[in-house]
Amino acid sequence: MRKTIVATVNNTSGVMNRITGLFARRNFNIESITVGMTENPRVSRMTFVMNVDDQRGLDQVIKQLNKQVDVLKVRDLTDEAIVARELALIKVLSPPQQRGELTDLIQPFRASIIDVSRESITIQVTGDNDKVEALIDLVKPYGIKELARTGITAFKRDTKKGVIDSPKYSVIN
Amino acid sequence: MNTKVKEENGRELKVENQQMSGSSMLIQALAREKVDVIFGYPGGAILPTYDEIYRTGIRHILARHEQGAIHAAEGYARVSGKPGVCVVTSGPGATNVITGIADAMIDSLPLVVITGQVATSVIGTDAFQEADIIGVTMPITKHNFQVRNVNDLPNIIKESFHIATSGRPGPVLIDLPKDVSIAIGEFNYDEPLDLPGYQPTKIPNRLQIRKLAEAVAKAKKPVILTGAGILHAGGSEEVLEFAENQQIPVASTLLGLGAFPGDHEQFLGMGGMHGTYSANMALHEADLLINIGARFDDRLTGRLDAFAPYATIAHIDIDPAEIGKNVETHIPIVGDAKEAMRMLNEEAKTNCECGDWKETIKEWKAEYPLWYTEDDELLKPQRLIEMIYEETNGDAIITTDVGQHQMWSAQFYKFPKPNQWVTSGGLGTMGFGFPSAIGAQFAEPDKTVVAVVGDAGFQMTAQELSILQELNLPVKIIIVNNASLGMVRQWQQLFYEERYSNSLFPIQPDFVKLADAYNVKGWKIEDPAEMQDILKEALAYDGPVLLDCRVHKVENVYPMIAPGKGHHEMEGIKP
Repeated sequence: MRKTIVATVNNTSGVMNRITGLFARRNFNIESITVGMTENPRVSRMTFVMNVDDQRGLDQVIKQLNKQVDVLKVRDLTDEAIVARELALIKVLSPPQQRGELTDLIQPFRASIIDVSRESITIQVTGDNDKVEALIDLVKPYGIKELARTGITAFKRDTKKGVIDSPKYSVIN
Repeated sequence: MNTKVKEENGRELKVENQQMSGSSMLIQALAREKVDVIFGYPGGAILPTYDEIYRTGIRHILARHEQGAIHAAEGYARVSGKPGVCVVTSGPGATNVITGIADAMIDSLPLVVITGQVATSVIGTDAFQEADIIGVTMPITKHNFQVRNVNDLPNIIKESFHIATSGRPGPVLIDLPKDVSIAIGEFNYDEPLDLPGYQPTKIPNRLQIRKLAEAVAKAKKPVILTGAGILHAGGSEEVLEFAENQQIPVASTLLGLGAFPGDHEQFLGMGGMHGTYSANMALHEADLLINIGARFDDRLTGRLDAFAPYATIAHIDIDPAEIGKNVETHIPIVGDAKEAMRMLNEEAKTNCECGDWKETIKEWKAEYPLWYTEDDELLKPQRLIEMIYEETNGDAIITTDVGQHQMWSAQFYKFPKPNQWVTSGGLGTMGFGFPSAIGAQFAEPDKTVVAVVGDAGFQMTAQELSILQELNLPVKIIIVNNASLGMVRQWQQLFYEERYSNSLFPIQPDFVKLADAYNVKGWKIEDPAEMQDILKEALAYDGPVLLDCRVHKVENVYPMIAPGKGHHEMEGIKP
């Protein structure tokens, strides 16, 4: 099971080490981990995407995280309405004659070209995991020279996802 | 010279506005935490603290190796229930206490360990006696702190004692750089704790307790498993009340011994790898298993998929991460064992109807008790433990290392009361028994403390005989001497076709002479006929003694559940 877990932690030295050390010694399998300061400079926010075998495995991850003195709050956001984004930088081979084609290709993804050289361009894309994967797949045939991804960072939505996905229209419009 | 002036200024100022050096803060804080004894060993980076120890006269027990100091602190903590305090220097001093920290972590013992550290200005430069003890101990402490600013020190100490002793107890380490211990700061120990990420649940959810009470009322074959959580919570009376009211049989883990009276008729003995037949069969056949403060360790459960196959599992634990970690739990109860049992005693009104079950268990107990073959020529180790039990009236504090002598002590010493059993359970540390007895003797100066140790384990920390010599501490050391690494030898016999690789110790020191070198009275006993008399004399002797008991060398610990087997597949039960 792929799970997105968010933890708020004390912004103290070594806290990242505590968390990654915990994952390593308890044999938890992490796919990505992101960390950064929150609106409160004393608190950092960590987002983990991880693979667990079953609900008991997930419970263990959350409980072990909670046991850490520097961990303030842990939430499993997988089944919640969330905003989850990651950023990817993709350096793609692009001889001048294919550059226009690539520009057109990435346009629906609202990705942008942030660096251009004679042989390659660097594309920046932001979005959820599926969107980033889709763009990577699409540009793969052109030849990816380098790829860097930040991993997911996530928030719980204030409004429910359902409301946003299928907006209700009144009789008037 | 400069430093000294500063310190003197610090001392002068301390009366008026509580300005003082980091090391004075430490000693002041220890006094505020009512620490009456610390175990340690000095060295370069911790010199300022040792200077303060010298000047204040706080009781410090000087070990001869840091490992001895930390095991003594563990023994003290296990018996007194108060945090054990250990002070060592940086680098090798700090790395020498790692085994003890890991031991305390896995057996949930409250410790506050203070390690010196090189000055903050040179941290990270591979300075003399520098070791990254924070990094090293992160996975084996409940929490650790490095003090970067002297003004943070009072809070850090206060938080350390709170974290070490509350919730599920454990070791907390404070890494104190030398410049911080010299620096002058403000000592304010009255600020409230600020630990938003640490809020252990003490009071359990009453609805869950009710669920358990209902399960008890329905159960036909209930069994209680007592763990060390009861000892930490001080909940023995509540457990006894519950077990007697409901007439439920009680099995114990290794570390839980003493939580329920070992001589009680409902007591089945220890369960697990070398547990009794009745305890293991009760766990296997039960339809309701009430685990109170035990963590379903693999030595207890055996093969997990064969563990308690018919039982509804109820698990009371103060650490939520233990619930469901190894065994799927149907009735989870997070909270303090004493509180939980108090509430359960209120809720459990209907008694379970388990007359047949009681009969079955009675038969098991009568039919398959612990056993060994008696011998007139050879001193049997099991008989030796029985004699210790008889001669101390079951009232002594027993400490052990790990291995055969530990299992025999657990089997044949029927601990009637809590906190008389000090053993290295989870980590299985050789060399733990003797120094932990020293700590136990400080916790209970008037009690008989017997260190039951193996001949191999004793040699790992034998240097602490110096403490006995120095203080005339009346610890009774009993070496169960089979001239081998008994448990390793047993496994090699059973599972490695008797290839005794490095487990036989035919060459041994003369332990009596060794004792004599430290001015400790020693006896060597080979003839079982003289054992009892010498034991009597040794126990009555006012001072430290060492008994080198030459037991039957190839005796094995039985019964046994072989690795990978279930509770119903015991070997070596009484024929």
